[in-house]
Amino acid sequence: MEHILSILIFFPVFAAIIGLLVEKDAIRVYGIVVTAIEFFISCFLWFNFDLANGGMQFTEFSPIIAQYGISYNVGVDGISLFLIIMTTFITMISLIGLTDTKNVKNMIITVLFLEMAMIGVFVALDAIIFYVFWEFSLVPMLYIIGAWGGPKRVYASIKFFLYTFTGSLIMLVGMLYIAYLYAQTTGVWSFNILDWYMLPITSDAQMWLFIAFFLGFAIKVPMVPFHTWLPYAHGQAPTIGSVVLAAILLKMGTYGFIRFSLPLFPDATVAMMIPMAVLALIAIVYTAMVAYAQEDIKQVIAYSSVSHMGVIILGIFALNVEGIGGSIFLMISHGIVSGALFMLVGVIYDRKHTKMMSEFGGLAKVMPMYAVIFGIMLMASVGLPLTIGFVGEFLALLGFFAVSPVLTAIAGLTIIMGAVYMLVLYKRTFFGPVTHESNLKLKDLNAREYSALIPLVMLVVYLGVHPKPILEPVDASVKQVVNIMYLRANTNEAKDKIAQVNTIGEKK
Amino acid sequence: MITPIQIDVAGLNLATIAPMAVAIIGALLILCIDLFSKHTDKHLYVVLTTLFLVIDLGALITYNAPTRGFFDVMLLDGISILAQIIIVVASALFIFLSLSKQRFHEYRYPEYFALFLFMTAGFQFMAASDNLILIFVGLETASMSLYTMIAMHNSTKSTEAAIKYFTMGALAAGFFAFGSMMLYYVTGSIELSVISQHLSSTNFANYPIVLVGVVFMLGALGFKLSLVPFHVWAPDVYEGSSAAMAGYIAIVPKIATLIVAIRFFDIFISANDAWVHGVLYVMAVITMTLPNLIALVQTDVKRMLAYSSISHAGFVLVAIMLGTTQALEGLFLYWILFAFVNLGAFAMLWVHRTKESPSYYGFKSDYEFGKFAGLIHSSPLSAVLLGILMFGLAGVPPFSVFWGKMYLVSSTINAGEIVMALIMVLNSAIAAFYYMKLIVYMFFKVREDDKVLEYTEMSGTILKVIIAIAVTFAVTAVFWVEPILEYVTMSVTSSGF
Repeated sequence: MEHILSILIFFPVFAAIIGLLVEKDAIRVYGIVVTAIEFFISCFLWFNFDLANGGMQFTEFSPIIAQYGISYNVGVDGISLFLIIMTTFITMISLIGLTDTKNVKNMIITVLFLEMAMIGVFVALDAIIFYVFWEFSLVPMLYIIGAWGGPKRVYASIKFFLYTFTGSLIMLVGMLYIAYLYAQTTGVWSFNILDWYMLPITSDAQMWLFIAFFLGFAIKVPMVPFHTWLPYAHGQAPTIGSVVLAAILLKMGTYGFIRFSLPLFPDATVAMMIPMAVLALIAIVYTAMVAYAQEDIKQVIAYSSVSHMGVIILGIFALNVEGIGGSIFLMISHGIVSGALFMLVGVIYDRKHTKMMSEFGGLAKVMPMYAVIFGIMLMASVGLPLTIGFVGEFLALLGFFAVSPVLTAIAGLTIIMGAVYMLVLYKRTFFGPVTHESNLKLKDLNAREYSALIPLVMLVVYLGVHPKPILEPVDASVKQVVNIMYLRANTNEAKDKIAQVNTIGEKK
Repeated sequence: MITPIQIDVAGLNLATIAPMAVAIIGALLILCIDLFSKHTDKHLYVVLTTLFLVIDLGALITYNAPTRGFFDVMLLDGISILAQIIIVVASALFIFLSLSKQRFHEYRYPEYFALFLFMTAGFQFMAASDNLILIFVGLETASMSLYTMIAMHNSTKSTEAAIKYFTMGALAAGFFAFGSMMLYYVTGSIELSVISQHLSSTNFANYPIVLVGVVFMLGALGFKLSLVPFHVWAPDVYEGSSAAMAGYIAIVPKIATLIVAIRFFDIFISANDAWVHGVLYVMAVITMTLPNLIALVQTDVKRMLAYSSISHAGFVLVAIMLGTTQALEGLFLYWILFAFVNLGAFAMLWVHRTKESPSYYGFKSDYEFGKFAGLIHSSPLSAVLLGILMFGLAGVPPFSVFWGKMYLVSSTINAGEIVMALIMVLNSAIAAFYYMKLIVYMFFKVREDDKVLEYTEMSGTILKVIIAIAVTFAVTAVFWVEPILEYVTMSVTSSGF
């Protein structure tokens, strides 16, 4: 039990290295087995997790560069627990649904390396270790897009890499500066995030650091105006790349906000609440409109991702337990739903080799089961009550209602506009007459696709009806984050603001 | 009456020149062997060279005597020993690269190996003295040997490269002599420590003349470090010399010069001289940025690496500009990590020579980007290795140069130069682009013509071992940083920086 997190991080890599010896025909099964074992390890972690404890659990610590305060330091709390489980789950599902046959061995080994990097990001408690995993995750993704992508894959992959790399480097400057402040204050070097939580930072410095970290995270999320890499990356990436990118990699950015920006720079965060909310609103409204104008099904989902990430940001910057907790739930639900939607697009792309809406129409007659599952996922994406998408969206908006009812009302457009572009997509693709002869011969879902999609459908419904298993542990950890923010805030205004937004349910 | 000069042999502390003496004796021995036996295989000379380098290294590691010696012109303090270790280890790795199966013109001459040892000794003298004249002698010994060795590669371009390097090097040597003269004129000494004392005690009297001296020294050192605007020789020389030699030029001459630069500029930096600080600041920014931008448009991998190594030199110049203990630690950490990856990268290029001349396949040179297209399909292992080395050079964590970069950026922040830190990281991002370019070619592109590239069988076991060492080091760097940093810290602090 002591080293379960290390096992969780490094098991995929060992498996990947051993995987080099596996025969090419067997590698797909091998990949699924490895990711399934990984998923069970993460479930095992969940069962042994103390749900009432909001602090870090299963922590491991060993110095790497002692002189400079860098250590291998990992731990998991309610916030990261479900992101880890989602990571292992989606990776497993995406490998089950994998249909590429070109260089499939390289692909699976790359995905395993990527899985290590993603889990590493979510469990790292040392800023440099976090940064190492954060940056390393770019390398496998670059390869997946660049080697298996569409015609403009090189441009898309380089744009993705350089954009994120640049933002992260500025974040690195921020991290090094905090470490410097820490060394100035205490006389020892430390990159331990939990140590940093106890470091007083002046409001001015907080502002600059907030911006440095913001650049790193906002590009990853992506927030408008840094979102331009995402449609290219999604448009060109193979199905598995899109699934992992939308479901997990984007969440690293929002997770970073919760882990770093909020607790470390409370004053700056309070000051930036409204500007961030405005950026989030632009993302929600603008990209929803852009999504409506797309002809390519995959681009619609890509832009809808940006739009939903806006809601997550909005919830986080509500700075109350409901908003942040709702955002974390929304991260998980968006992971499952967008992952499923990209896989569904992959299904149709495998059959027709096109993703254009105009090429389809009347698919509901030809592929009824496909249409049903697509419909459920679409409803979840829109945020229909009793689906997984509703819970998070509702909580995030409820949280921000305590900050500004007007802005929340605008943000509420997400549900309406989401319904508009998604239902139009559904209408043009599935209803009406079958416009292309060749579409009549399309086969409905096969066994492999069922086995990848049915678990997702079950989760969508189950967690939509009964979100408590996730919300409860998240709640405990988010309370701690809010508490740290309150304690660390320098100014009384910031303290008051945090206290004020955290009164939902107390006002009678 | 002139008093007879009494020399006390024990007082000379001959141990200080023992390491260089080993290399010089080795060189002379190789020349002597050549006199007596005419048809000796190059392997003998390679092994002999290595042997003397190992003894040289042993003398350095076990050095345990006062730092001063030999009429006080030698100065074997911590950074000097550290730099010499880097020089000798890099030289040993380099000389192994000559053990390729293919016959090359230059390795037929035993003089090549003698010159190589003379050059190593020259660089060691540069790093082990604060006497401007001895530094000059060391510099010239090393440079003269280096020019000749480049010319011995015997292609049209190599002669051009050698002559270009020689003429500009001669100019730089003139600068060095002139700069030293100015400083001697003001302070009456050629010992850097005495110059420092004199300048601070007179509060930089005759400041304009001192500055003229500084400008000339800057030109001379800048030439060797390939700082912009003294960098124009670098790409042509890299292109003209063999890939192995190019990797060597990017590392060893520069570390020797860096030591001189540290000692020289420390006089002014520690006195908070605004002018020197400003000039170094501007030079560092330009040296980082400009070659980076030029590297973006290169079509030849070797020229790209040449420009990138200029940019790397700009990075470490920042450390000299700051002059803090942590910055100098960062400089050495950076250079050690960089040395291995860079040597690995050039060695990889070295093994990718084709049997036919490049023009047969329609390439302008042996190292054109297009030649690497689709390498992942034709030879997956070398594509992965070269890919890791490129990520290492780009500073993508967890590969090696990242740690040096991080430490250096951190020391820049600690010295209060946030703007400089931002310039550094933005340059890393630019640099990532052209390193990625090679990766894109290797992994994502496919060669258009279907001529199969036949590579010469260069990769003997030893070459493979060296590349394996470089790659292993790049991947596991995180575990080496701590011990290296400890040793570097000890060396730097014991030298009084």
